[in-house]
Amino acid sequence: MSGTMTISLKVWRQRDSDSEGRFVDYVLSDVSPDMSFLEMLDLLNLELVRKGDDAIAFDHDCREGICGTCSLYINGRAHGPLKGVTACQLHMRTFHDGESITVEPWRAKPFPIIKDLVVDRSAFDRIMAAGGFVSVHTGGAPDANTILIAKETAEEAMDAAACIGCGACVAACKNGSAMLFVAAKVSQLALLPQGQAERKARVEAMLAQMDAEGFGACSNTYACEAECPKQISVSHIARLNREYLRAKLA
Amino acid sequence: MILDSKIPDGPIEKKWDNHRFHMKLVNPANKRKYHVIVVGTGLAGASAAASLAELGYQVTTLSYHESPRRAHSIAAQGGINAPKNYPNDGDSVFRLFYDTVKGGDYRSREANVYRLAQVSGAIIDQCVAQGVPFAREYGGMLDNRSFGGAQVSRTFYARGQTGQQLLLGAYSALIRQMGTGAVRFFERREMLDLVVVEGRARGVVARNLTTGTLESFLGDAVLLATGGYSNAFFLSTNAMMCNATATWRAHKRGALFANPCFTQIHPTCIPVSSGHQSKLTLMSESLRNDGRIWVPKKKGDDRAPNSIPEDERDYYLERLYPSFGNLVPRDVASRRAKEMCDKGHGVGSTRLAVYLDFADTIERHGKAWVEEKYGNLFDMYKQITGEDGYGTPMRIYPAVHYTMGGLWVDYNLMSTIPGLFVLGEANFSDHGANRLGASALMQGLADGYFIIPYTIGDYLASTSFPKIEESHPAVQKAEAGIAALTQKLMDVQGSTPVDVLHKELGKILWEHCGMTRNKAGLEEALKLIPALRERFWKDVKITGTPDGFNQELEKAHRVVDFLELGELMVRDALHRNESCGGHFREESQTPEGEAKRNDAKFSYVAAWEYAGTGAKPKLHKEPLAFEYVKPSQRSYK
Ligand SMILES: Cc1cc2nc3c(=O)[nH]c(=O)nc-3n(C[C@H](O)[C@H](O)[C@H](O)COP(=O)(O)OP(=O)(O)OC[C@H]3O[C@@H](n4cnc5c(N)ncnc54)[C@H](O)[C@@H]3O)c2cc1C
Ligand code: FES
Repeated sequence: MSGTMTISLKVWRQRDSDSEGRFVDYVLSDVSPDMSFLEMLDLLNLELVRKGDDAIAFDHDCREGICGTCSLYINGRAHGPLKGVTACQLHMRTFHDGESITVEPWRAKPFPIIKDLVVDRSAFDRIMAAGGFVSVHTGGAPDANTILIAKETAEEAMDAAACIGCGACVAACKNGSAMLFVAAKVSQLALLPQGQAERKARVEAMLAQMDAEGFGACSNTYACEAECPKQISVSHIARLNREYLRAKLA
Repeated sequence: MILDSKIPDGPIEKKWDNHRFHMKLVNPANKRKYHVIVVGTGLAGASAAASLAELGYQVTTLSYHESPRRAHSIAAQGGINAPKNYPNDGDSVFRLFYDTVKGGDYRSREANVYRLAQVSGAIIDQCVAQGVPFAREYGGMLDNRSFGGAQVSRTFYARGQTGQQLLLGAYSALIRQMGTGAVRFFERREMLDLVVVEGRARGVVARNLTTGTLESFLGDAVLLATGGYSNAFFLSTNAMMCNATATWRAHKRGALFANPCFTQIHPTCIPVSSGHQSKLTLMSESLRNDGRIWVPKKKGDDRAPNSIPEDERDYYLERLYPSFGNLVPRDVASRRAKEMCDKGHGVGSTRLAVYLDFADTIERHGKAWVEEKYGNLFDMYKQITGEDGYGTPMRIYPAVHYTMGGLWVDYNLMSTIPGLFVLGEANFSDHGANRLGASALMQGLADGYFIIPYTIGDYLASTSFPKIEESHPAVQKAEAGIAALTQKLMDVQGSTPVDVLHKELGKILWEHCGMTRNKAGLEEALKLIPALRERFWKDVKITGTPDGFNQELEKAHRVVDFLELGELMVRDALHRNESCGGHFREESQTPEGEAKRNDAKFSYVAAWEYAGTGAKPKLHKEPLAFEYVKPSQRSYK
């Protein structure tokens, strides 16, 4: 560990969904470069609680970049400055002593703020409920090896399936579009033989729900891919568009 | 109270079939009249809720997460076992059963383990049908890898994200049922009490974490699929919110808690770097397939690892266990790492680490091969430590990872409270004193997809349920109790934040009830924990208000329970004066330093009955009989 740092923070504070929010400034010293970004917030919260102030609310759980819960907009970027890294895996060694850091929640109409940095992403579940599945009942599935899937296909499906549903793509998009999120699921299931039977219905239903939730149209700027912590490729959006056309033409 | 495990009669391979035939069935048209409350949407809860809804039951699920997909199961990396024998290397149901009983050091129930092995193949079929993208070979068939404690390759995996893909599969089944209204899901609800009416579990009281209001969810049966209690240690590989509140509060309502001292320390984690650390990160033990573990032969050797010549390295697992080598079970690998560090061979700045070296594998197969198999783990290592694991060996150290103990359940997964079923890591059932890798995902999904759908029907069909509403005195009383507890927490207004006190508890448990345990240390812990609990209730400081989103208050409720459960873990460890699996009592070891069981005295499940906070709980014993796998000293030599 190479000494500690002092960081200036500008953090979005908002009591609840009905209140007005604002930025509040904090200065935090004794930040170790080995701390994760969330551990730095833990440290700040310890100070706040000791002073009798309300701790900053932020969503997090696994702190390993896999659960998709953390959702911080750091210095104007979803999950902060590093490519392919969630906020929970970002370490303070990425910043320098004396740096000021702005922390905001995801900003998108379909993700209303619950408190401070916590937003409601249940719209994603509703999109999934519209068609993000293969309709199989428990029991009676054939032996797993009766379905052969070429390695490359399985790998490509896995690339899409790696989506953690964090919503960074929405937060990064100027239109607040959820295309990359929807595309990842549609693409995974369109690639696999198991997804064929419902291919048409799935893409239509998921896109319709996406619109109903108030997500915007694709901005074609690829900000989603750039900010996706799992580096899900926009090529899946291209496949989503093809799937949609195919469904419409069929 | 007599613990009736309800193990069916007959030869082991017929027990489950016989039982399924003899259980009562609920008529299809009647299923919708029953309402089941499922707490938790990890692998166990999501698979159960979806499967029950498919059968036609009304299902309500709740989770403290914002979405079912966030459950901690998502973080599992390495894989899931099934004895498909696709590689033709000699696997069978019986071998998986045998390995699991042996791996658990003969402290699990044979009949349960056999059933688990029996249904595990169908799990893989089910997951593939859902579209889970397991790893494949070039011919399109499923790929397998090997894992600790087994000499066959039976582990199915999806890169290093097996838990994620399995959970997303179960989530997709669940969300399909949510879409049709067959399952109602309540997000950000934390169960804080169990509602018991006339001796039966009929619902739960939960706090709405967004608004702070208390809500009751009532039905005909309650399923807890709420995960393990590793976070009692504060530092563990579990997600930050994992906690024992659901199971502990059910325990206080009468459910016995079994084998609480059986905790698992995982050998391949990234070492602690300093006091600010909030959690530990595991790297899948699949790394032990291709990585070699070593320490410098010379104590306190400060040289960079790559400049330590081959003959000055001690590949201690390969030396001590020539047949299993780096693939010995977790408890053995962890303890040996601690031993090496305690003897002064530890590496890195804290000297609490050993090397995991891929140089040989990279030389044999090339870096690309390693990258394809383990790339995400190397990335993870780099993000956390800032070091490149391809170029220099990684540093690893054991960390708390999994809890084999949990609420006691019978063969039907029912606890000692009728109508309260416990699934997944939350129950104690299948792993004895040590769980083998890739077996928790298997157990969670077995419980949810293939066991509970049958056993719950038998309970519902053979019970009559008086109607219950929120106005029922039992519900009112439970709600009032939780409201009072919440207020009591808010009223302390001391000076120490929850996390600080939680860390202190973790330190006590790690030091005295961690990788190795002894009488003096455990007795010391039995003084320290009640004292800390007292301090908590005098000095905890919670800011904010109870009537809204308040994460400090959420944590406080959880720590209240860890402070009680921690004491039970220690008591259990103290009473079990033998070593078995993850429970290593220094007083009981072989001359080679392996765990030495005392079957004559301890071949039983220790199930504890709550007697009041701080009061001595009552011990009940379920004797274990081994008819098929004869207990022997585990040997991995
Ligand atoms: C890092 C890591 C890697 C692992 N890798 C593997 C592996 O490769 N193979 C393997 O077999 N096992 C692995 N395991 C173990 C395995 O992941 C877990 O044992 C398993 O996923 C637990 O599943 P579960 O459904 O029982 O509980 P969980 O997935 O923990 O789910 C618990 C659920 O209960 C809810 N809940 C809990 N308490 C409450 C409450 N009071 N009120 C409301 N909701 C509540 C939570 O919100 C959540 O939905 C790993 C574990 C870790 C930590
Ligand atoms: S906390 Fe799980 S992805 Fe960041």
